[in-house]
Amino acid sequence: MSAPRTAIGQAMELPPYAEWLGCSIDWVEDAPQLVMPFGEHVMGWPGLLQGGAIAGLLEVAGIAALTHRLAGEGTARIKPVTITTNYLRTGRDQHPTRAVGVILRLGQRTANVEAVAWQEDRDQPIATARLNYRILRG
Amino acid sequence: MGFDMERFVAMGGLGGGHGQQLGIAYRAHGEDWAELALPYDARLIGDPVSGVIASGPIVAMMDMATSVAVWLKRGAFEAHVTLDLRVDYLRPAVPERTVIGRGECYRLTRSIAFVRGIAHDGDPDDPVAHVAGTFIGMAA
Repeated sequence: MSAPRTAIGQAMELPPYAEWLGCSIDWVEDAPQLVMPFGEHVMGWPGLLQGGAIAGLLEVAGIAALTHRLAGEGTARIKPVTITTNYLRTGRDQHPTRAVGVILRLGQRTANVEAVAWQEDRDQPIATARLNYRILRG
Repeated sequence: MGFDMERFVAMGGLGGGHGQQLGIAYRAHGEDWAELALPYDARLIGDPVSGVIASGPIVAMMDMATSVAVWLKRGAFEAHVTLDLRVDYLRPAVPERTVIGRGECYRLTRSIAFVRGIAHDGDPDDPVAHVAGTFIGMAA
């Protein structure tokens, strides 16, 4: 797997929490796709993903999408304002979980992102999230 | 025979491996509410510039606190799944401080539980986050 890179080729640094979750980045069609292997640290009920870990992964996917898009702007900061997670299917231990953030709008002050998480089949998401951010430009 | 909070905590019911490894601990409970604590941990930082922890661990704690609130109000454990959970981030938690999560079940139907809660880092009147969500029972 290649090291995380932003649009302009800089290394994309994920926050410590993303590392704690065990996330890595796969670049798919020049967009960051987060991959989170199953493990004890993301398990709720035996053999099942904990909802908070899924929400955390979606949050990281949202931040990664915005960091990628904002890479050319230098000092922009990204602060979450509201996050609404919808749980569609049970996350299980057989597969890693993947997630991407799709930027619906990136404005001067705010950004609206939809993030999707899935396991085997992207068309069968296990969870989605609407993430609204405050963008602070340097 | 109600829902036995102490026994549930002793059995490791608070979020399995995820809750344990986040260090989430039981604090208090009442008839329809439960309070948990998430200690500060530098490994959970979401914004390296400020040292503020990521929202994921707070979501995990609030999911657990509100889940337990449902079982307390129902008076029994009944498996359920989260339908949705909205979190409003009112302000960043202060680095180094433990975050307290208080979840409440304010309405229970046969199959759906409506929950809300706040997370704060010392003063419940100055919360860091507000949550609202729903669970659906597996037996329904």
